[in-house]
Amino acid sequence: MDFTVLIFLTSGLFLGWSLGANDAANVFGTAVGTRMVQFTTAAIVGSIFIVLGSVLSGAGAAHTLGKLGSINALAGSFMAALAAATTVYAMTKLELPVSTSQAIVGAIIGWNLFSGSVTDLNALTKILLTWVACPVLAAVIAAPLYLGVEKYLRWAKLHILSRDVYTRIALILAGAFGSYSLGANNIANVMGVFVPASPFTDFTFAGGYTFTGIQQLFLLGALAIAVGVFTYSKRVMLTVGGGLMPLSPIAAWVVVISHSIVLTLFASEGLEHFLASNGLPTIPLVPVSSSQAVVGAVIGIGLLKGGRNVRWRVLGNISMGWVTTPVISAIICFVSLFVLQNVFNQKVYTEVHFTLSSDVMDHLVERSLPVEDLAEMRDEDYRSAREFLAAIGERTYLTGYQQEEILEIAEIADLAITAELVGTLEADWLTQNQITALWRLSGQHFDTKWALAEALEAISEEWRALPRDLKNKTYNKQLEAKLDFVYRTFTVNQ
Amino acid sequence: MLKVKKLALFGKTKRLEYEFNEFMDRIIEGSLLFEKAFKSYLRDGISDDFNEVVSEISQLESANDDQKKKIETRLYEQTLIPDLRGDVLSLIEGLDGILNIYQANIFRLSIERPDIPAEYHRDFKALAKASTACVDSLIMASRAFFTNIDAVRDHDVKVMFYESEADKISTRLKTAIFASDLPLDHKIHLRYFSDRVEDSSNRAEDVADNLAIYTLKRSI
Repeated sequence: MDFTVLIFLTSGLFLGWSLGANDAANVFGTAVGTRMVQFTTAAIVGSIFIVLGSVLSGAGAAHTLGKLGSINALAGSFMAALAAATTVYAMTKLELPVSTSQAIVGAIIGWNLFSGSVTDLNALTKILLTWVACPVLAAVIAAPLYLGVEKYLRWAKLHILSRDVYTRIALILAGAFGSYSLGANNIANVMGVFVPASPFTDFTFAGGYTFTGIQQLFLLGALAIAVGVFTYSKRVMLTVGGGLMPLSPIAAWVVVISHSIVLTLFASEGLEHFLASNGLPTIPLVPVSSSQAVVGAVIGIGLLKGGRNVRWRVLGNISMGWVTTPVISAIICFVSLFVLQNVFNQKVYTEVHFTLSSDVMDHLVERSLPVEDLAEMRDEDYRSAREFLAAIGERTYLTGYQQEEILEIAEIADLAITAELVGTLEADWLTQNQITALWRLSGQHFDTKWALAEALEAISEEWRALPRDLKNKTYNKQLEAKLDFVYRTFTVNQ
Repeated sequence: MLKVKKLALFGKTKRLEYEFNEFMDRIIEGSLLFEKAFKSYLRDGISDDFNEVVSEISQLESANDDQKKKIETRLYEQTLIPDLRGDVLSLIEGLDGILNIYQANIFRLSIERPDIPAEYHRDFKALAKASTACVDSLIMASRAFFTNIDAVRDHDVKVMFYESEADKISTRLKTAIFASDLPLDHKIHLRYFSDRVEDSSNRAEDVADNLAIYTLKRSI
């Protein structure tokens, strides 16, 4: 592996460390703060389950973050992660509440602004909505859960000493669950920006289990989180307990469980598939903020008790942090990218060009996009998405979805299917038929991604997307990921 | 390994629960012994029976002192019930004081040997009974605090009731004593013993007041 790649990854590791120091405190903070669980126990259990969650279930939420903006140069990923990590670290140091998710989303938007890319408004809206939904959902889960637990305890009439032991065990189990879901949901924040530029390749163990490049990337990030937990989270854990509202150990347990349920809901591909295959509406897989989930759960319990105990001022400060974090992170990212590009002469983004060639125009007409007014743009080379959309905007009006579609179709790619590269692919994640289809295209060159996709579709039905509905969503998403992989593999002059 | 540790944790907890119960059993026993000793004194003065009870109460008191120290140490060493530890320790301290009062009163009887005229025996007995009933209810309230928090209030109400009964009996008794023709020093001596017998119910009331606050804190 290239040494510079490792250097660039360090910012992701720094971000992982910040997440470990800051967000892991949400999971075990109340337990350690109330001295129900020792810090060492919390740190060991937390680290193990964060690593497991990241590696085994981390892929779901990474996808949405990838959609928000595909940072396509390693130096850009480096700076986005560094900007987010700096924001999180500085705010943690200043003892201001902070969310890693918001910092990273801010940084990606900063990169988009700098590189002239367009922020995918659908993905952004989805993320912003979940930021609101996440604490609300946590509150909605925590309140009845708290009532139920309280009722059960009154009925069970446990001695307070036995209850103490059960609560400790429950706190550790909930912490393990919380750490797993934190790893699954938030690893995308740490390593998500590196996914499009990942330096790792898949390898298969003797037993047939494939350890994908993304999993390797996530393992590295998870280890950084674990280091953050061990080195810096103790201080945060001890202050997190009494911040919003004094909590009893049992209320603390309810908070951790509700937080974990919410994070799992927003990270579980299995659940999405289950809901979709039963015709139920799915929950978007988005990295949500564990801080917000905890705050939501605490408020839920607080309101249940009449809201007298809640320190609303603290809540106000926390909400302010939710607005300022992405803004600060975006600004830091933008300014640093400028410095990195112009002072250190690093390539922080790969220019993506757009053009309306005759093929593209025909394809747009086929998709019934209104292109009549765009004739004079034909064969013109546009050097960024922003420039391209601005030119379109002068001539006609397109809706958000239409803009997305036209960007996808007009993007110029440089894809050469060489026998040499196809030979390196093994039938595993890609099926044998899918690889055969690629073999049959060897020697050909494509200048748009969709042209390659269409060529593949024509050869093998295993490259064809299923009709768009909820049931097929997971399959189609997999197929998209595979196509992304093919585009990355066969792009010339990366 | 983990299983063994978990079992050990449960084992330790169960033992501590048992020790809490034992501690409270001794106070109940102390109440019964005090009443028995007091009746015996009224009936026979300082007798073998009475002396036997004196030594039994002393043993109870010293056993409970040891138990209290053990419980305190365990709660701190094993960092058990961190959120309630302070309240539980104050409760234990308060309950321990009651056994001390019983022991001190029995010693006073033994040393000062007050001459209690027969016409006051009935009220003295009633006062001792109300005071010990008050302590018994406090023990029930304390046990409920550990296992069934909803029942604490019911027992607390009984503590208040018996305390006020003891108060009434003591007032009636002292009024009768000071209305009598006994010499003043005798009257003062009898008043002193009436106050001492009543002490345990006053102490029980104080502990019950605190317990009500701990209970409120636990349910928030």
